[in-house]
Amino acid sequence: MEVLLNFLIYGLVQSAFLSLVAIGFSLTYGISRLPNFAHGALYILAGFLIWNGLNVWKIGYLPSVILAIVLTALIGYSLYYGIIIRVRGMEVSEVIATFAFSFVVVELLRYFGLFGLSYTLPPFLRGSLEFAGVVLDYQRLIVIISTVALVAFLYFFTHYTKIGLAFRAIAQDEQVAMMLGIDSDKVAALSLAFGSALAALAAAIWIPVSQLASESALEILLYALVVSILGGLGSVTGVIVASLIIGYAQVFTASFIAPHYQMIVALVAIIILLLTKPSGIFGKQKELEERV
Amino acid sequence: MSELRKERIDRPIKARTDDIYALMGYKEISYLLLPRVLPIAVLLILPLIVPNLYYLRVLNIALSFAILAASWDFLANYVGLVSLGHALFFGIGAYTAGAFSAYFDLPIFVTIPLATLIGATISTALIYPTLKVRGVYFSLITLAFPLLLARLIEATDILGGTLGITDVEGFPNPWVESYLLIFSLIVVVFGLRRLLGEDLGIVLRAIKDNDLTVEASGINVNKYRAIAVFISSAIASFVGAYTAHSYMFVGLPYLNLEYSIFPIAATVVGGMSSIAGAAIGAFILVPLSEALREFGTLRIAIYSLLLMLFIAIRPEGIYMFLWRKYHQIERWVKA
Repeated sequence: MEVLLNFLIYGLVQSAFLSLVAIGFSLTYGISRLPNFAHGALYILAGFLIWNGLNVWKIGYLPSVILAIVLTALIGYSLYYGIIIRVRGMEVSEVIATFAFSFVVVELLRYFGLFGLSYTLPPFLRGSLEFAGVVLDYQRLIVIISTVALVAFLYFFTHYTKIGLAFRAIAQDEQVAMMLGIDSDKVAALSLAFGSALAALAAAIWIPVSQLASESALEILLYALVVSILGGLGSVTGVIVASLIIGYAQVFTASFIAPHYQMIVALVAIIILLLTKPSGIFGKQKELEERV
Repeated sequence: MSELRKERIDRPIKARTDDIYALMGYKEISYLLLPRVLPIAVLLILPLIVPNLYYLRVLNIALSFAILAASWDFLANYVGLVSLGHALFFGIGAYTAGAFSAYFDLPIFVTIPLATLIGATISTALIYPTLKVRGVYFSLITLAFPLLLARLIEATDILGGTLGITDVEGFPNPWVESYLLIFSLIVVVFGLRRLLGEDLGIVLRAIKDNDLTVEASGINVNKYRAIAVFISSAIASFVGAYTAHSYMFVGLPYLNLEYSIFPIAATVVGGMSSIAGAAIGAFILVPLSEALREFGTLRIAIYSLLLMLFIAIRPEGIYMFLWRKYHQIERWVKA
């Protein structure tokens, strides 16, 4: 009973983490078909900024988190206008450009000493609560709560605000949206900024329970990719369902087989999916046109 | 005052040697031969004139990356399969050669061809399920493959696990080591360019442009994609096998992302869709990154930056620039 409850709760935590990481990537791709391969790098960069705010600039926790989110969003925005706008529409070049950008960021951070297990962020709230024999610390509880809150926020944002509606309009039919006066470049830049901000938010919430190392950039990117592909790129429901599947599968293998297999589970899930249903669980992309 | 505009037209000699193919004397012949013979001659002489073994090592690295980049360029820009995990092919080749050499004591001239073939077969079998997705999805998935393999080796502790295989046979002498690569580079670059002009190459290029049309013509697209993956991964596996013997070691670093990003950087800097451009790019980036070796991983940041700037600002790369200078003239004309 206790083992089962433990499994259920930590599986939920892992799933919440996965959707937190993937939602930014999926959102940017869903809105403007922009594969942001710098997602993991921006996550690490945001973690680095928060760490700096706390330990170097000493401006307090909440201000550093807000600063990191704003700066990361700005970086995403300027990445669009500086680099991506020149290769817009050529998906392969977009992938290579953002991937190269992510290498630049990660290797620069690594050069300035951000590797290994020596850096981490303190939890928002210390302490833990015990529920029927299962110990859950507050930070992991915050991960679950903030993921739920984020999904709710995104729903309201995309349905009831002007920018959110513009995002959805571009995602549904770019040409009609442009005829109605929505600037597709502006929306793409904003969506990239938004996705980057979500990466920063994920960093702020998750790094306190993991660690801050430039090596994890690739892992974060892969998790984002795996969850987004499994759920069907550009679908929020898909992201949540896919994170639940992969999250529970990972916790299952980690607790009953061996922790080494965590990443392998996620990657094998993708390959099985591709063999059976290439458009993802909730894929909105037209199969023939996009994947064949 | 009339407005002037810059016009760029082919040199007359290009029209004669290229379109009409009227070779009249040594001028036309040497115009055709120069860009082909000169690089070959330079390559053949280079190992003889490098001052010491360190530079010979740099030359070997440049040569092997040039071959790797050529195989990436072939797959990405002629078949449209942009792999972000070329390290997979490279690593599989290296591990195959290393295992054959260390566990079965096979001589080096057996392990390298064997690793090339077996590596390509394994790679193609692994990649085959993902061939039905295309464009960005293929990139997303290939990115994961080298990591998956590395984790698998780490978790199951096969093939030396995290320590790697150390007793791999080395090359008998540095001349074999260098000239093997030089001849391979020449064969790969000219072979691939020739292949792309043949029927197979035409089908592959058509698949890149519009695979639905090719499928509508009754051609099995997946089969041809698999053939292309086989060719490309055979070349990459060969480089992997070579590198394994050259360092006398195989381990997890062979599946490092650096081996995936470097061919891309070399191809983009050198010029996409030309095969030769990829080699040129490698010959620019490898010495550069060697010069920056004292800065450690910062060299990856630097060539990633170059990659990003080139793809955004100069996507044609160096090869096309040279091609234009050689074949065309620019002049101002009245608009």
